Amino acid sequence: MPYSFRSSLVLLRFVALASLLVFSSPSSPKQFSVYSKTANYSVVVVERNNTDYLGLLELLEPLGTVSVKANGGHWTFRYNDVEADFVAGRMRARVRGSDIDLPAAFVLENNRGLVPTSGLGALLPPMLGSPITLNLSGRRLFVGDVAIHFTAVATKTVPPKLVMNFGSPVNPMIATEPGKLEMMFAHDPVVAPGSQTLTFDSKAIPSATFEETNGMAKLLVTTTVPAMANFSNDGRTITITAAAPPAPPPSLPPSRPTARLTAPPSAAASSEPKTSASAATHVFVVIDPAHGGDESGAALTDQLPEKNVTLAFARRLRTLFDLRGLNAWMVRDGDLTLSPDQRAAMGNASGAAIYIAVHATSEDNGVRLYTALMPSGGPNQGWFLDWETAQSSFEGLSQTAAASVATGLESKQVSVRSLSAPLRPLNNLVMAAFAIEIGPASRDVSQLSSPEYQLRLGEAVVSGVADISDQLDAHRK
Amino acid sequence: MIPRHLLIAVAALGIMASGMSLYVWRVRGTVAQTAAISPNTQPVAPPAAGPTEQVTLYVAYDDGGMLRPRPARIPLPSGRQERAEELLRTLVAIYLGKPSPHVLGAGSEIRGVYLADPGLAVIDLNAAFANGHRSGVLVEELTLASLVATLAANVPAIARVKILVDGKERDSLAGHVDLTAFYDVSRVDQLVTQLTIEP
Repeated sequence: MPYSFRSSLVLLRFVALASLLVFSSPSSPKQFSVYSKTANYSVVVVERNNTDYLGLLELLEPLGTVSVKANGGHWTFRYNDVEADFVAGRMRARVRGSDIDLPAAFVLENNRGLVPTSGLGALLPPMLGSPITLNLSGRRLFVGDVAIHFTAVATKTVPPKLVMNFGSPVNPMIATEPGKLEMMFAHDPVVAPGSQTLTFDSKAIPSATFEETNGMAKLLVTTTVPAMANFSNDGRTITITAAAPPAPPPSLPPSRPTARLTAPPSAAASSEPKTSASAATHVFVVIDPAHGGDESGAALTDQLPEKNVTLAFARRLRTLFDLRGLNAWMVRDGDLTLSPDQRAAMGNASGAAIYIAVHATSEDNGVRLYTALMPSGGPNQGWFLDWETAQSSFEGLSQTAAASVATGLESKQVSVRSLSAPLRPLNNLVMAAFAIEIGPASRDVSQLSSPEYQLRLGEAVVSGVADISDQLDAHRK
Repeated sequence: MIPRHLLIAVAALGIMASGMSLYVWRVRGTVAQTAAISPNTQPVAPPAAGPTEQVTLYVAYDDGGMLRPRPARIPLPSGRQERAEELLRTLVAIYLGKPSPHVLGAGSEIRGVYLADPGLAVIDLNAAFANGHRSGVLVEELTLASLVATLAANVPAIARVKILVDGKERDSLAGHVDLTAFYDVSRVDQLVTQLTIEP
């Protein structure tokens, strides 16, 4: 066979194989979700030698204090006071002095230790010191007794309803299409009822199926008429009503996403009228860790994407706000891809008093606070706000909030600069809104991941917001 | 039997041919490498000639994260659109120079500036400009403010600006600054004022 013909054949096979790989690969990355009393979050699964692997550091970092020492192929991982030893290429780990067999070899890449997901069942209990429930096919891990059970009952009222009661507040993404209503529980440890398929004595809502896949639980409710979902009982009850869907919210233009909205816990999705008493239990602050998923943001170092720092700092802010008694909610609590429109829609649906977008930079020192630089937009007509300039009537309040946070930061001797910026979704929000971009105090970028530094900045931010909480509350929509 | 001198000649020719092949292979690799490393950074249009004019360029400085007006004398064509393009190309040339006050990616270019009535300017950047731009809120907004302020300061009657990349709308410059919107020059002026104050 001539060489050139043989080369062409090899090339053709390569192209065909590459095409197959490209076109057959799933559009969303593999996710693995962890549910615990400390945090619920997702991490990205990587594939090595046709086996699913997870970075052990990312997996356990939100649950406790972790540290790593790498020496050649030897990798020592410390979680709280438990030490685990791994060797690259070996199918055995040593935890608390005992050997544990792994179903596939430990992988070490740029000092990042990867363990096979199928080995977590043996590896994690001695490390965490608590029982776990691992659902490998659904890629879900439950640490301790955290599962949320639910019941579903169809009523024979007019219009017909399906009432689902959950053991704890839940926060699913809801998508509706003709003939079905899908609820995706990305960060709620919702588990299957007795059967995967539920049937109801209702012509309008005949059945529902429960599925666990790619780190989330999905509940698919089959309907024969248009249906809508309402939250009540502080997010513990979801009622699906078989009725015509309402008109889209006035703040969203038709071209913007309206079908997929995440209802924050105890959000204004409840059909009950909002009163000042009920507002106190609602979300006060929405925290938006910028970037995520496919969109990494700036590369702060070769190993540190902006999306990781924004998520870590946002989690710290949420804890600090909660400690202050200000109910905080995050638009993402894992490595998820969200568009600015989705973030704005979630923020606006929350009924919160303030929205804080978190960014990070290695380019400059200290902190920068940004309020919206409003673009050109159409006029607002009555209740209908122009999407591009929805923030217009909150500009003053946003600047007041940013100024208060700047004062808080200055009191902690943090260098701070306040600017406006054409940074979405700030201009699409109907509440006080600003973005905080954190930089290291010195040229040392590793400070951005330092718990002490994040705590110092976080306390200043929370203090600044808390100082004007009454003013913010008074302007809630 | 083959004469000895013929064998020596064939062997010498073989060695020479192998040497030449090796040399050609190496030269080919070097040329390909050089082409890949040094993209064409020349502007797409020839530089303007003719009498020079006094203009004000708003130059971004990464050191301090500031924008400063810088007077300059440059040759400018008579047409409004050509003037606008020449102004921004001069600005980009400053950023591509060494040392640069605000580093842009190699190959960054202004593809064109289109002036549409009433008062709308559309700046079309090339893909290398956006793809090679550093990511960060301030570093991106310095670029945006520098382009818009320079245009507005020297080309009269520009009220709004829209930025495209390779003739198409793009979500953001490098992950932060929004490029989907149209920007009022008066609004950007407020940002310029903030950026010219020493932090």
